Amino acid sequence: MSNSGFTTVAAISPPLPGQRTVLIDTAVNSTMGLIGGLFEWFGNLGIFFWQVLRAAVTPPYEWRELFRQLDEVGSKSFPVVVMAGSAIGVIISLEARYSLSRFGAKSLFPATLVYTVIQVMGPIITGLVVSGRVGAGIGAELASMKVTEQIDAIEASAINPYRLLAATRILACILMLPLLTLVSDACGLLMGWFAQTLVDPLSFHQFIQDGFKGATFNSFLPQTFKTSVYGLIIGLIACFQGMRTRGGAEGVGRAATNSVVLASLFVILADVVLVKFILVVFP
Amino acid sequence: MATTYDIAMKQERSEEDGSAPVVAVNSLRKTFGSHMVLNGISLSVNRGETLAVLGRSGTGKSVLLRIIIGLETPDSGSICIHGQNIAGLALDRMGKIRKKMGFLFQHAALYDSLTVAENVAFPLVHHRKDMSRSERAKRVKQLLFEVGMEGNLDKMPSDISGGMQKRVGLARALALEPEILLLDEPTAGLDPISSGEIDDLILKLQRERRMASIVVTHDLHSAKTIANRLALLDQGNVVIEGTFEDLQQSDIKFVEDFLKLS
Repeated sequence: MSNSGFTTVAAISPPLPGQRTVLIDTAVNSTMGLIGGLFEWFGNLGIFFWQVLRAAVTPPYEWRELFRQLDEVGSKSFPVVVMAGSAIGVIISLEARYSLSRFGAKSLFPATLVYTVIQVMGPIITGLVVSGRVGAGIGAELASMKVTEQIDAIEASAINPYRLLAATRILACILMLPLLTLVSDACGLLMGWFAQTLVDPLSFHQFIQDGFKGATFNSFLPQTFKTSVYGLIIGLIACFQGMRTRGGAEGVGRAATNSVVLASLFVILADVVLVKFILVVFP
Repeated sequence: MATTYDIAMKQERSEEDGSAPVVAVNSLRKTFGSHMVLNGISLSVNRGETLAVLGRSGTGKSVLLRIIIGLETPDSGSICIHGQNIAGLALDRMGKIRKKMGFLFQHAALYDSLTVAENVAFPLVHHRKDMSRSERAKRVKQLLFEVGMEGNLDKMPSDISGGMQKRVGLARALALEPEILLLDEPTAGLDPISSGEIDDLILKLQRERRMASIVVTHDLHSAKTIANRLALLDQGNVVIEGTFEDLQQSDIKFVEDFLKLS
């Protein structure tokens, strides 16, 4: 009892001048190490991206693998995107009805739902859902191939692994994200209307007419196609994490986790930049 | 004065009569961090010859093979394949050289999402576009027949034993009819009977195809069976290079200890 009390007091007592220097040194060193590590990570990511880009634009093209990856990223993400999009539609419908009723603006419900789903929630939710499903999948698959020397075996067979494994997966993500976003948007609108109509009947025709009144292509297309950038981020980070894995099963787990966490984080950060960019370029 | 054409013709002639090395490694150095793995190694292998590289774990035997096939870059030194230095070649240019090489990985490194037949067909699908599907299937069957795996075409790598995986890995390494065969621990982790079978298989392939082979192994018995020459590595250096008899007659303590304990 007395021992533990003594330790606590010692732990919170102010450090002596010599100890203070050591503490500052340690803090400075670890901060510098962190910053150095961050620069190194971005540098390696840049080199990786350049190698993939160079491999992607030079023949031979890996069409068969690309179509396999389009199926893997697109068709297999379809159910989860449908569910996430539908849920978002219902949530926005419930929230919007309540908020708009309070301000006596119920007539704005269709436009609110359409704009919120298509401009804000649809793209980001699709990006996050795909980064979870596809990012983890690609990260774990490539990491597992790396630690079992399968990627080395591909290279030893005179096949460029950046072309066969990375370029195809990244391209599949870039191409499929906008299509999955359209699916998510459609499900969100449909389920949002359905949830509204259960409480306060509204014809679907009327809902669409009011929702898209005054809308132009610029209102929706940039928001949908910005998800190609999310696709690039998800594919690039997952392939990068997977292909540079070390350390057996633990390394595979770490690669999968890092792929999801970093891809999701960068998707959100990219959204900040892309929203501003779209507002400026497509006012 | 000899022209470039004369030199090329001379080299071709010397390759044909087997006197010029197919693989020549000169003063090769490689470090990982502060750890020196290869410390100026020089070795060469001629056509139809098998060189066994022996040594304790961690002496850089596998690194040597990985450098020869371009999976690792040396710090200094040269690796000449048919006289062309390949050290530091770009990935796509290295691809052309790699088509002349077959590599058997220590754990076979079969593609776990492909069947045995698809694994062997993999290099053919990517490099022999002129082959029809039926020609490719015939070639795969023939390769698997050569390694005694013709009855396992549709099995997945996870459904076959370690020895069988090595045989399939060997068939895949031979798919593009390489001039150079690199084998990383072909008998490691196998029972004595399977090891003997793999040794017999390598000997048979050597007789039939006359490739230049480098075999990295711990297994002295296997090395003695399949290799014409042996090189013993220690601390990144070649301690001795010669026939098995040369090693037996050596009075170097490390060689004596290695032979005694193997």
